[in-house]
Amino acid sequence: MTAREEILRRINVALAGATAQPVPRAYRVAGELDRDGRVALFRRRVEDYGGVVLESAAPGETIAAVLAERGARRIGVSPDLDEALLPVGVEVVADDRLTPRQLDALDGALTTCAAACAETGTIALDGGPGQGRRALTLVPDLHVCVVRRDDVVETVPELLARLEASARAGRPIVLVSGPSATSDIELTRVEGVHGPRRLVVVLVDRPPA
Amino acid sequence: MRVALFVTCLADTLAPGVGRAAVTVLERLGLGVDFPREQTCCGQLHWNAGYADEATALAARFGEVFADAEVIVTPSGSCAGHVREHVPTLVPRVAHVAARTFELSQLLVERLGVEDVGSTYAGRLTYHPTCHSLRLLRVGDAPERLLRAVPGVELAELPEATECCGFGGMFSVKNAAVSSAMLAAKLDAIASSGADAVCACDASCLLHIGGGLERRGSPVRAVHLAEVLAG
Amino acid sequence: MRELAARSARPVAFPSAAEAAVTDEQTRTNVRLAQDTIRARRVAVAAELDDWEALRDAGAALRDRSLSRLRDLLPLLEDRVTRSGGVVHWARDAEEANEIVVRVARAAGAREVLKVKSLTTDEIGLNAALERAGLRPLETDLAELVCQLADERPSHLLVPAIHKNRTEIRDLFRERLGLEELTDEPRELAEAARAHLRAAFLRAKVAISGANAAVAETGTVCVVESEGNGRMCTTLADTLITVMGIEKVVAEWRDLEVLLQLLPRSATGERMNPYTSLWTGVREGDGPRAFHLVLLDAGRTRALADPVARPVLRCIRCSACINACPVYRQTGGHAYHTVYAGPIGAILEPQLAGPRGQPGSLPFASSLCGACADVCPVRIDIPGLLVHERGRVVRSERQGLEGASLRLLGRVFASRERYERAQRLARRLQRPAVREGRVRWFVGPLAGWGSSRELPAVPPQTFREWWADRDRA
Ligand code: SF4
Repeated sequence: MTAREEILRRINVALAGATAQPVPRAYRVAGELDRDGRVALFRRRVEDYGGVVLESAAPGETIAAVLAERGARRIGVSPDLDEALLPVGVEVVADDRLTPRQLDALDGALTTCAAACAETGTIALDGGPGQGRRALTLVPDLHVCVVRRDDVVETVPELLARLEASARAGRPIVLVSGPSATSDIELTRVEGVHGPRRLVVVLVDRPPA
Repeated sequence: MRVALFVTCLADTLAPGVGRAAVTVLERLGLGVDFPREQTCCGQLHWNAGYADEATALAARFGEVFADAEVIVTPSGSCAGHVREHVPTLVPRVAHVAARTFELSQLLVERLGVEDVGSTYAGRLTYHPTCHSLRLLRVGDAPERLLRAVPGVELAELPEATECCGFGGMFSVKNAAVSSAMLAAKLDAIASSGADAVCACDASCLLHIGGGLERRGSPVRAVHLAEVLAG
Repeated sequence: MRELAARSARPVAFPSAAEAAVTDEQTRTNVRLAQDTIRARRVAVAAELDDWEALRDAGAALRDRSLSRLRDLLPLLEDRVTRSGGVVHWARDAEEANEIVVRVARAAGAREVLKVKSLTTDEIGLNAALERAGLRPLETDLAELVCQLADERPSHLLVPAIHKNRTEIRDLFRERLGLEELTDEPRELAEAARAHLRAAFLRAKVAISGANAAVAETGTVCVVESEGNGRMCTTLADTLITVMGIEKVVAEWRDLEVLLQLLPRSATGERMNPYTSLWTGVREGDGPRAFHLVLLDAGRTRALADPVARPVLRCIRCSACINACPVYRQTGGHAYHTVYAGPIGAILEPQLAGPRGQPGSLPFASSLCGACADVCPVRIDIPGLLVHERGRVVRSERQGLEGASLRLLGRVFASRERYERAQRLARRLQRPAVREGRVRWFVGPLAGWGSSRELPAVPPQTFREWWADRDRA
């Protein structure tokens, strides 16, 4: 008997007579806040965990300022990033299968996101347009993420509903809530370990074209 | 209304004053108290220790002894908790008896709506919510409401009040070192409350806490809620 | 030796291990401070959600439902992962799982394998198996790294080095990583770990992770973490191997909307952990080129077959029960001598390890205070299961004097006459040991009591004697 058969047989024996009961889902699914409320909450929650949030009518300029302030001169982007978001005055490197070492040599990464969740201050990346592959937002030490106000949902169930199609299509998803952190030393939260140590969210109105 | 007192094997044998105090309180409120003499133990000790057969036999016996009682009252949060939460599963046919069983403060506050029982006291008390009254039985703040209504009681806050005192029945002897360490933390908390007595709803935990206080040579006394309410 | 998964070592009874542990003031102070911090955070973030109790209801029910459908969900998960280019392996026990991992890692040409903190791989003793096979496991989670460098076993599910404070970690890093200048600032210590592991991440060939959950209908594997080491491993390695207990599977995508709320809030007391990675098989151009999912039984089906104990498999390893536990507070995790310490360990280990694997003392390492059940996000009745495990021990092992006494006591309580006679007898027998109303010699099982407590003697009049007197009057 293969291990597979054996385990499935054990399960069959163990569960003889067991019935599957329905799941009560009385928890909150839809939020109640309007767009401004959601965005304000999102902002507070990202800041709570050490991320920086900027609101911008002219994303290109804001991003350029953000990068300049943080001394980032070479940044990586996904080859399909909307040109309107490209900052001037910095070297932009398209992530065309850069090696981990090449990614590590960048000063930061600039991406969009799939959606964001206000209640938890989370941004979700699913490899969609402008988001790049997972390594791009992981290896460089600074992540600048452009979030459309319309993409901010209130609750976790709303966020996951937004991501369901990607999951079904087999696309990898990363949920990011603040910069990397650890609580391993005396359970004191320290921001900045292996993942990007700095997270900057730029809130924009328009869909990048 | 008549109530049947389930005094518990522990109070009956080692802390009879708790039973006497409960009778005083109940009679002062005009209740008729019965003491079914056939009662022994509800089986909590055996259940917690893993002896399900003995526990089941004793649960059945409890149901039979108190079958005719309109209301059963006990000065023990853990016994009341065991009777209400476990006995119905062990012996379903006595579930209705279990449902009529109340811990003393629960009976007074929830069932009878009484907070002032007409007692007086002089001193600074701190209240330790015993785990089973707190989490199994969920008596809430009933004991504190009763204490607050007693003229002369000054209630001092107990730091880390909901932390277990470390008694746990057989645990206190099987894992004596841990039990003693938990007790030490509780005794420190009691000392820092500045109270001259610690009050609880369970004679068993009080035996452990009181025994620890005495061993330390502490002047703080361990008193059962019933004893305060009987004063 | 941390590689010695506790079960393969000679079982150490909890009471004697705990007796030593309660004298370790440094560890106890560290554990107490950590518990206080995390408890306060958990309470605060759970209170933020007014549907918290409804989430717990859903969490318990969806885990139960998934468990009851395992027979269908596992093949479904297998199908989805395989269709996305992953390879699924099945392992009946630890040995089989270790063999699979070693084989895959070797075939991938690795000498060094990166590890994301995983209890499941601790459970099966994977690091030792890798070392035996000439491969070097490198723990990448900060606390696991601390344990690995210190050659100590983890003492907490989530924060394996909870028993160490910042100064001890600094000293360890100074010694083992050669960082003489290091201070004990947590930020600097985290920075040291980053620098130490950076190169290893960038050259990673093979990485091994556990899984917090896997969604059958989509084939999605989920890893929840904070530091980014999980992302590094699951993204940068050429080959990713995930070892997952079969109980971790859930049915639907939307089940994650519950677990991803319950887990971070219960575990680290955060609204959401910094990083959650979700992936299905392999993705061309993004992440590892090969993905292997090892589905591990190793005792899970044994727990599944015990309908009373089955809910233990709901556990999402948040460790809230450990943080709430007053026993753990006094002893820390090492006294348990198991991979899973604390309340969950006391009910899970006996199930996973089977009849002969672990000391029967574990289910008794609790005062049954219930603090654990109050916080468990999936509503496992931990005290109830402790009692259940106690019953199994009592039935399977000889209980000596204790068993004889309890059975005798059962007979005494079964009859009023016997009970009253026993009360009188106790009063008579205690005489030589009693002075001024106190027991003065603590013999036999009472010795433990006497170590820290006085005991009143059985008084001259029991309650029932008083009642009978009063009735007569
Ligand atoms: S038993 Fe419950 S509280 Fe403990 S780790 Fe598991 S899920 Fe968390």
